[in-house]
Amino acid sequence: MQEIVNRAKELLADGTVARVLGWKAGEMSYDVQPSYFETAQSLDEFVYNGFCGANLSKYMIEASKMEGKTLICLKPCDTYSFNQLLKEHRIDREKAYIIGVGCKGKLDIEKIRAQGIKGIRSIEGAELTDAADTLTIQTIYGEKTCAYSDGMLERCHVCKGKEHQIYDELIGESKDTKDGDRFAEVERIEKMSPEEKFAFFQKELSKCIRCNACRNVCPACSCRKCVFDSTKFDSSQKANADSFEEKMFHIIRAFHVAGRCTDCGECSRVCPQGIPLHLFNRKFIKDINEFYGEYQAGEDIEADVPLTSFTFDDVEPGIVKERG
Amino acid sequence: MSIENKEEFRPKIVAFCCNWCSYAGADLAGSSRLGYPADVKIIRVPCSCRVNPMFILRAFEKGADGVIMCGCHPGDCHYSTGNYYARRRMTLLFSMLDYIGVENGRTRVEWVSAAEGVKFSTTMNEFAEKIHALGKNVRLGDLRCRK
Amino acid sequence: MQRIGVFVCHCGSNIAASVDVKKVADVVRMEPGVVYSEDYQYMCSEAGQEKVIHAIKEYGLTGVVICSCSPRMHEATFRKAVEKAGLNPYMVEVANIREHCSWIHKDVEEATKKAVILARAAIAKVNLNTPLQPGESRVTKRALVIGGGIAGIQTALDIADAGYEVDIVEKTPSIGGRMSQLDKTFPTLDCAACILTPKMVEASAHEKINIYTYSEVEKVSGFVGDFTVDIRKKARYVDENKCTGCGVCQEKCPSKKTPSEFNRGLNTRSAIYTPFAQAIPNVPVIDTQSCIKFKTGKCGACSKVCQAGAIDYTQKDTIITEKYGAIVVATGFDMIKLDNYDEYAYNQSKDVVTSLELERIMNAAGPTKGHLERLSDGKAPKEMVFIQCVGSRCDDHRGKSYCSKICCMYTAKHAMLIRDKYPDVNVTVFYIDVRTPGKNFDEFYRRAVEQYGVNYIKGQVGKVIPQPNGKLLVQGSDLLDNKQILKEADMVVLAAAIEPDPSVRKIATMLTASIDTNNFLTEAHAKLRPVESPTAGIFLSGVCQGPKDIPETVSQAGAAAVKAIGLLAKDKLMTNPCTAKPDELLCNGCSSCANVCPYGAITYEEKEVNDHGIREVRRLAQVNSALCQGCGACTVTCPSGAMDLQGFSNRQIIAEVDAICR
Repeated sequence: MQEIVNRAKELLADGTVARVLGWKAGEMSYDVQPSYFETAQSLDEFVYNGFCGANLSKYMIEASKMEGKTLICLKPCDTYSFNQLLKEHRIDREKAYIIGVGCKGKLDIEKIRAQGIKGIRSIEGAELTDAADTLTIQTIYGEKTCAYSDGMLERCHVCKGKEHQIYDELIGESKDTKDGDRFAEVERIEKMSPEEKFAFFQKELSKCIRCNACRNVCPACSCRKCVFDSTKFDSSQKANADSFEEKMFHIIRAFHVAGRCTDCGECSRVCPQGIPLHLFNRKFIKDINEFYGEYQAGEDIEADVPLTSFTFDDVEPGIVKERG
Repeated sequence: MSIENKEEFRPKIVAFCCNWCSYAGADLAGSSRLGYPADVKIIRVPCSCRVNPMFILRAFEKGADGVIMCGCHPGDCHYSTGNYYARRRMTLLFSMLDYIGVENGRTRVEWVSAAEGVKFSTTMNEFAEKIHALGKNVRLGDLRCRK
Repeated sequence: MQRIGVFVCHCGSNIAASVDVKKVADVVRMEPGVVYSEDYQYMCSEAGQEKVIHAIKEYGLTGVVICSCSPRMHEATFRKAVEKAGLNPYMVEVANIREHCSWIHKDVEEATKKAVILARAAIAKVNLNTPLQPGESRVTKRALVIGGGIAGIQTALDIADAGYEVDIVEKTPSIGGRMSQLDKTFPTLDCAACILTPKMVEASAHEKINIYTYSEVEKVSGFVGDFTVDIRKKARYVDENKCTGCGVCQEKCPSKKTPSEFNRGLNTRSAIYTPFAQAIPNVPVIDTQSCIKFKTGKCGACSKVCQAGAIDYTQKDTIITEKYGAIVVATGFDMIKLDNYDEYAYNQSKDVVTSLELERIMNAAGPTKGHLERLSDGKAPKEMVFIQCVGSRCDDHRGKSYCSKICCMYTAKHAMLIRDKYPDVNVTVFYIDVRTPGKNFDEFYRRAVEQYGVNYIKGQVGKVIPQPNGKLLVQGSDLLDNKQILKEADMVVLAAAIEPDPSVRKIATMLTASIDTNNFLTEAHAKLRPVESPTAGIFLSGVCQGPKDIPETVSQAGAAAVKAIGLLAKDKLMTNPCTAKPDELLCNGCSSCANVCPYGAITYEEKEVNDHGIREVRRLAQVNSALCQGCGACTVTCPSGAMDLQGFSNRQIIAEVDAICR
């Protein structure tokens, strides 16, 4: 972490960048939040550890409009989002100085708590320089330990890889933390009966309070004005107005980002109700892969986007029925 | 069980038809007197690629029991490529609806040319029959607003 | 809120017989926005239109709904009518209660109910209509004709005679097409070359006609009145300006083993060649696949003997970009491949030939110098069998479902010519039906039977078996006598089905012209607009639209020319105002819309906007409304809904959905 701070100070000092976009420590070590740093002094608050799951690439939209360059810290998976935004002309590459920061998997405090570890005072073993094997947690009930991977965010178990897709320089080591099948859960749902499927999503989506956190954090959901806020579709943005609204909202949201979603997992990470929203996006990704060939948004900035391209012999919509 | 059951179920079916092929195919079905249930109501759009998934969801939200989209055969699009985009969009949308547990018979895409009045009529008969068999769309309907 | 008038048409009894039109008019009067409604016998009549005009003035209507036949029928009529009353023509919506209702639903209650719902949807839509203004676009006074056969030549001549510039693009080295391969033509038996060559010469000499042979259309953009076309002029390796057409190069060329395309592969040609003696232009091309110079680098014989110094091995393909107001497709036909017809032994015996091959054999400039002989041993045949409908009127995947139309007549011609020139040759024709409608056609066929003694047998041939003695055993049936026939023949001629030239598929896609399952181009209306494609500015000439003989092709070619001239004669065209329109404040500038636009109508511009007080420069989508055709692909791909389609807006369609599902 110190290496990032030192480098950031250098770049601020020599005028390469006007500000740094990184993470700021909160009250607790797991309590980090995205932040701009404009002076060397303010960088004392800079933090980069296992809890810096937040994907900063979306902030680059506003940073692109600011005076001077912005140093942006991107983890390997964040760079896909950055590329996708670049592809959609939402951000200005010239305005960004990218430090590709190492990543050994990001942690989810709720997962740690779910293991019965309560009253947390501090957590050790989550620094980038640590081996990412074990977390040592001081609680008001004494010291507890937790395997690093047991505390990881769902998305890190299906990690896209430790390579940064775009950067100006790299700092820190990365680790491929993939130990799960990305589509296992989607496949499990696909195998359910229509009644079970409906019940599953009814249960999950009925939790939705339409707080729009998923929409606000999503780097693909970057419209200046969301269709759900516009008068052009006569679609309401009210919370739980009726049993259909959330379904409509989440299906349309997933549809709008289909082929553009990099599967960064931020939607599920920020959902205060714990709805596994990534299951919508992954369904589209899985279908796109199966129907139109493997595609990873944000990997190749020149590649054709699945929903704005076609082949003459694409599958017919009837495939859904045939597949059963 | 209740009084409702005594009334015959008449599904609400929305058919989006592209102006150049399918709408003309529907016209041909009409002028050839090839009947299909009156439950089917056609909305004219310039091209199948004009059909926004939101329209389909909106129809279900407002109580449609089935939604069918018809366009020119792939390769015959009046705008050359519109139906190719529509095909991808609908494939993904239908797959998603299936995924969340909406019976996949409630949505359908059929390519109907201006010359295929017979196909239009057969398709609508089949589709209406299918929707009739599936019954009222309770999964996606806006239950609150039902009369 | 609009002030809407609803007019319910009886269409005589077409609608009124199964829709209670009075009730429809009464019920819809309660709909929001409706201030007036009435029903009338014939809304499209002068009197009906007067009613609309009167009501607009009397009740201050701002929107009109006509419940009548399909909008494809009379939308334009009613738009014109309301315009007379001072209303914007796009403030009209038509509810189709005839084709989509009265004609298919016989139960009056049910049909009336549906008619009301369809009317409601139209009312809901018109509530959201906005006045639209058509734009204007210019007309480039130049036509392109794709294909240089008799159809293309005739169309080009007619357009050029009207005073417009015409370019012909022909993919082979010479114009002339299929007709140039024919020997004689029915029903008058004049020689094809004698009537075609003067036309070819006339076209090439016409000051308004420019011919690109050995060229192909590579790219088409734009729209009616203003197409931009890239034409690839393939390298000939012979300088057209220097070549004198002396033909010495072809004589001296050492590579003479390539099957001649013109003679259907029955003999060979040199690597540097003109397809036939009367070729226009009379400038050879080098086929690099068989040229020794191109294959090994050694040779150069043609260059050495060419006194004009016209040979240029370094020539490259060139792309010519030209603008056109109208495009005529005249891509013609070919015969189907007979690979799937093993039973006729076409691939096993040289003496089984197609009719077009027979044309070449009978032609004085053909591989046998016009002597009728077996290609296997050069012997004169004594017994000839013609098999009709090979691949035509076929109900399996091997052939075509349609009738190729020309075969009955050309077979009668062949039979007659053979009997005339070689009276000792017996000619037998196996047929399903003999179809000879046309001026002097049936008389021609009767002459073949009655005067020339051609033996017509109604029945199909099951198999042709090559015999060890070199003869062909034909197994067929005689349906009239109900008996099996075994016949030994010296030659068998197959009337293979014709199909659109395979190149037409690619061309149709480039032109966005629709094509049917048989690859024939679709006409705008099968009866009333037979030479126009549904795509504006594209016209159809010759067999690309459907099987035709020469007289029919020539008359259709003239008709296509007239349609093209009608377009070129205009200075300006009104454009469809139902085009895409972006909302600048919602646009993300993401380029998704531009990616799906088939017309390249969307571009991006850095533009300053005032977004509720925030002034900033943004990358915004701009629609060129002259290019936009209004398909709406962009509107759905736009995630923020910034792109909308005028006349079919999101809110309008949603209003219709809501009205139907209500």
